[in-house]
Amino acid sequence: MSNSFYLVTILPLAGFLINGLIGKKIRNEKVIGAISTLAVFIPFIIGTFMFFELLSNEPGSRSITLNYFNWIAAGNFSVNYAYYIDPLSISLVLIVTGIGALIHLYSIGYMHGDPGFAKFFAFLNLFIFAMLNLVLADNFLLLFLGWEGVGLCSYFLIGFWYEKTFTGVAAKKAFIVNRIGDFGFMLAMFYIFTNFNTLEISKFLENISGSPVGDGLLLTIALLLFLGATGKSAQIPLFVWLPDAMAGPTPVSALIHAATMVTAGVYLIARTSLLYAMSPLAETLIFFIGILTAIMAATIALKQNDIKKILAYSTVSQLGFMFIALGTGVYWVAIFHLITHAFFKALLFLGSGSVIHGMHDEQDITKMGGLKNKMKITFITFFIGSLAIAGIPPLSGFFSKDEIILETFKEVGLPFMILVLITAGLTAFYMFRLVVLTFYGRQRYNENHVHPHESPLTMTLPLMILALLSVVGGFIGIPHIFGIPTYLKEWLDPVFEKSYAVLEAMHQPSELAVSTELILIALSVLVSVVAITLAFRKYFRKDEFEPESGLGKVLENKYYIDEVYENAVVVPIQKTSENFLWKIFDMKIIDGTVNGIARYISNIGFDWRKIQTGVIQDYTTISVAGVVLIILYLLFL
Amino acid sequence: MIEINYYLIVSAMLFCTGVIGVLIRRNAIIIFMCIELMLNSINLTFVAFSSYLGNINGQIFVFIIMTVAAAEAAVGLAIVIALFRNKESVNIDEINILKW
Repeated sequence: MSNSFYLVTILPLAGFLINGLIGKKIRNEKVIGAISTLAVFIPFIIGTFMFFELLSNEPGSRSITLNYFNWIAAGNFSVNYAYYIDPLSISLVLIVTGIGALIHLYSIGYMHGDPGFAKFFAFLNLFIFAMLNLVLADNFLLLFLGWEGVGLCSYFLIGFWYEKTFTGVAAKKAFIVNRIGDFGFMLAMFYIFTNFNTLEISKFLENISGSPVGDGLLLTIALLLFLGATGKSAQIPLFVWLPDAMAGPTPVSALIHAATMVTAGVYLIARTSLLYAMSPLAETLIFFIGILTAIMAATIALKQNDIKKILAYSTVSQLGFMFIALGTGVYWVAIFHLITHAFFKALLFLGSGSVIHGMHDEQDITKMGGLKNKMKITFITFFIGSLAIAGIPPLSGFFSKDEIILETFKEVGLPFMILVLITAGLTAFYMFRLVVLTFYGRQRYNENHVHPHESPLTMTLPLMILALLSVVGGFIGIPHIFGIPTYLKEWLDPVFEKSYAVLEAMHQPSELAVSTELILIALSVLVSVVAITLAFRKYFRKDEFEPESGLGKVLENKYYIDEVYENAVVVPIQKTSENFLWKIFDMKIIDGTVNGIARYISNIGFDWRKIQTGVIQDYTTISVAGVVLIILYLLFL
Repeated sequence: MIEINYYLIVSAMLFCTGVIGVLIRRNAIIIFMCIELMLNSINLTFVAFSSYLGNINGQIFVFIIMTVAAAEAAVGLAIVIALFRNKESVNIDEINILKW
């Protein structure tokens, strides 16, 4: 299988080129959609074969490096275009191509009739190409190529409906905020190259394994990479772009801003887990950033009314959960939650897309209600997704979230576990607020204008498949107390082996008693059930939506963080740029110097040009005088 | 036989007369004649040296210069005529538009 593995990335690229170059000439939406979907689905099949090939190997030898060509060579700097296939990267490949293919299929229905149909699919394919490079990269530079590629596609697709001003603004915001993170990533790469003389991830990790734990250089690199991760994965302080990114078409939100791209930061940290295991300070920071982001985003989501904004904040919050898992040092749980989150969040976004589609581009949940009977498939699948994210057993979200709660209890302690538990409760509450306001209760839209209808099969089929995955997805990581092996943990263990060893050397992991574990599980289920019940009671009969006041208003306005950033960062930069850099430095100093020199030269010329009298005899006189002088010189000197 | 010094002195005087004429006269035709005078003073020098050194090359140069001078006279006079048609004057200090 490794011989034809290059097809995995070549096909999406080919799809991008075909649809990007001649898509407009094809005209037939079905052909365009089929090309794009196949360009992602075939890689999924190849990836599946690759997965089974790895599975048939011994656990210790489940990694392959495919070196294609020497990409850049300059002096002692050399980077190969090489893919590194191991349990971690192949899992991500399957997620990206599998969910990607479903979302491509969905988009055929969702984007029907859009004038930019071919362009949309071209960008989606390009995104898949970049994302696969990101997860398969064998070195940091190729990873960075994918990293920037997905950021670029994200920019293109957020601003896809560029006739509307706010999409362009949102796209720019996403791009610029991500630049800050990328800056950290690049500095980290420079540090790695100057100190370890390689950009290959595996070599780098080998080199650092001898360093003392808590080494300053490693901490610097770890923090810089983490800055990159906070940008891409929308964590505090760089999360502000993700909610705005919902300006793009809904399939984009599902694919890029929920299931795949935003998890790149989690992947990056999991990929370099040894680095973080050896920098306890960085791990602690990740944990705190994760928990803070999770709580903050969850509370904001309580008071949002835009269906996609709620899901966006939910994504930020769930990404916070993944960072909590990374911070506690149980990397496989982060990947577990990444996978289950990809299932149910893609499902929820696609479901919301179906709702928006059926409601003729209405996104405000206070203007919906009672859609349960009009959109049956969407409702059922959305409900399943919500149960999954709320953590109701035995759906997928339950297992991964529960694992995070357990590990927090085990590694950090009770107070933080309670915080995580509360956040999980908030998650259940805001999700069911959304479900209740959208699908239950009285119809709050104008029935004369809006006729909600179920979406076509290309849209509902992915919903059903994802709903199925959301239900069964958790079984790959069932806690061992139930007597079944935790498949995902065993599958990923070879990748994280060294990191676990480093962590264990620092402190012996405490094993929880089965009874404690069961109590915790019961507790987390109880919290979810209570939160769901509360949401039903509070919003089932709610028809009037009075303006928020007090804390509600703060939450509705997202803690005024956008305003704070605006005033603390954007406005000062704009003011300095305008009043100092432009009007003083550029116009006075730079322009002044350049124009001053020019004016000086021009003045000299103005004075001296007067020797050009135009009278021939003046010129002749001067040349004769010159000749005479030369003769005198020759004669007397 | 007259010594070469005298030829050279006469030639130099002729040349200086030509130069001064070019520098101080306003009339283009006179300037033109002064240039001819300078050329002919050179011719005189050439012939004198040719005779003095017994070398025929100098005389060949004289012929070339005379040819050039004839051609130059034709072109120069044509310019003067064209000038006069345009400006109704051949005063060289009135023709000074090629300047800053």
